[in-house]
Amino acid sequence: MPWDLKPDRPIYPQLIEAIELKICSGVYPPGSKLKSVRDLAQEAAVNPNTMQRALAKLEEDGLIYTHRTSGRFVTEDANMVKQLRNKIAKEEINQLFQKMKILGFEKKEILDLISIMLEESDNK
Amino acid sequence: MTSLLTCRNLTKSFGAKKAIDNISLDIGRGKIVGLLGPNGSGKTTFIKLCNNLLTPTHGELLIGGHRPGVETKKIVSYLPERTYLNDWMKVSQIIDFFKDFYEDFNTEKAYDMLKRFNIDPTDKLKTMSKGTKEKVQLILVMSREAELYLLDEPIGGVDPAARDFILETIISNYNENASIIISTHLISDIEKVLDEVVFIKDGQIVLSKTVDEIRDESGKSVDALFREVFKC
Repeated sequence: MPWDLKPDRPIYPQLIEAIELKICSGVYPPGSKLKSVRDLAQEAAVNPNTMQRALAKLEEDGLIYTHRTSGRFVTEDANMVKQLRNKIAKEEINQLFQKMKILGFEKKEILDLISIMLEESDNK
Repeated sequence: MTSLLTCRNLTKSFGAKKAIDNISLDIGRGKIVGLLGPNGSGKTTFIKLCNNLLTPTHGELLIGGHRPGVETKKIVSYLPERTYLNDWMKVSQIIDFFKDFYEDFNTEKAYDMLKRFNIDPTDKLKTMSKGTKEKVQLILVMSREAELYLLDEPIGGVDPAARDFILETIISNYNENASIIISTHLISDIEKVLDEVVFIKDGQIVLSKTVDEIRDESGKSVDALFREVFKC
């Protein structure tokens, strides 16, 4: 999964979101060890200090933790990951709603369209 | 924390023209700073002042507490905009040269980076393309365990793939006691790697902020803001 960073938004929150997504999607499974700050910074092609700050925030949120001698790990709390996953999903759907609203769709229409499209993609 | 580089009211005049006009600036340790400005804004003059290749007309400039000179050259690793290496030399000979010159030169690191860039140490400089020469120079400069790296246009002459590689080299060599100042006008390529940016125009600092402050306040990339500030 690439680090898809947009040029017009601050890098720090984008790194947090990218790591959250990697945790929720299982790229970084619960309890797994994270790479070093330098390696992660290199992978994302960002400043190491910015990566460090992002990791510190995730640690503050409890999503990752530091083991004194052996590095940083993803939380083992599956419930926490599940909650985050729901939060991200809701944000995505909210954005979809907003766009549909601009296009003038009613609630019912949105639901119907989603059902039809889900069925279509099942049949493929 | 004391800053690594400090300048106060720094001015450099060439006749009536002020190439650097009353600049005051502090750069701490562990930072990657972009010195950004259009052609002729004073970037290279500033870097030359830091290297004692020019002396200030007014004001003060201190690196690690010293004025530029013998003491600062021990801790400053400088990549000039133009090559000064003898082109009849092999890369391995230049490495030996650097090892003699600088106590902090890490030979192992230099050979390791050459390998990563696929550069043969037995090649002579004059047989190399412009881009490869630039890579060799950057490798030499980054192979020192210096406290301040001054890179004057390090990515100007290389292709985009090599640019990425150079940025990776800069990130992988990062350490929290050292700082890197990169002067360039190719901003979009490097802005993600920078902590702070300093915009300079007509020898004066017009803006000095972190990349995320700029993006947060303006909703634009540093590159986009640069185009706005320096619109011709």
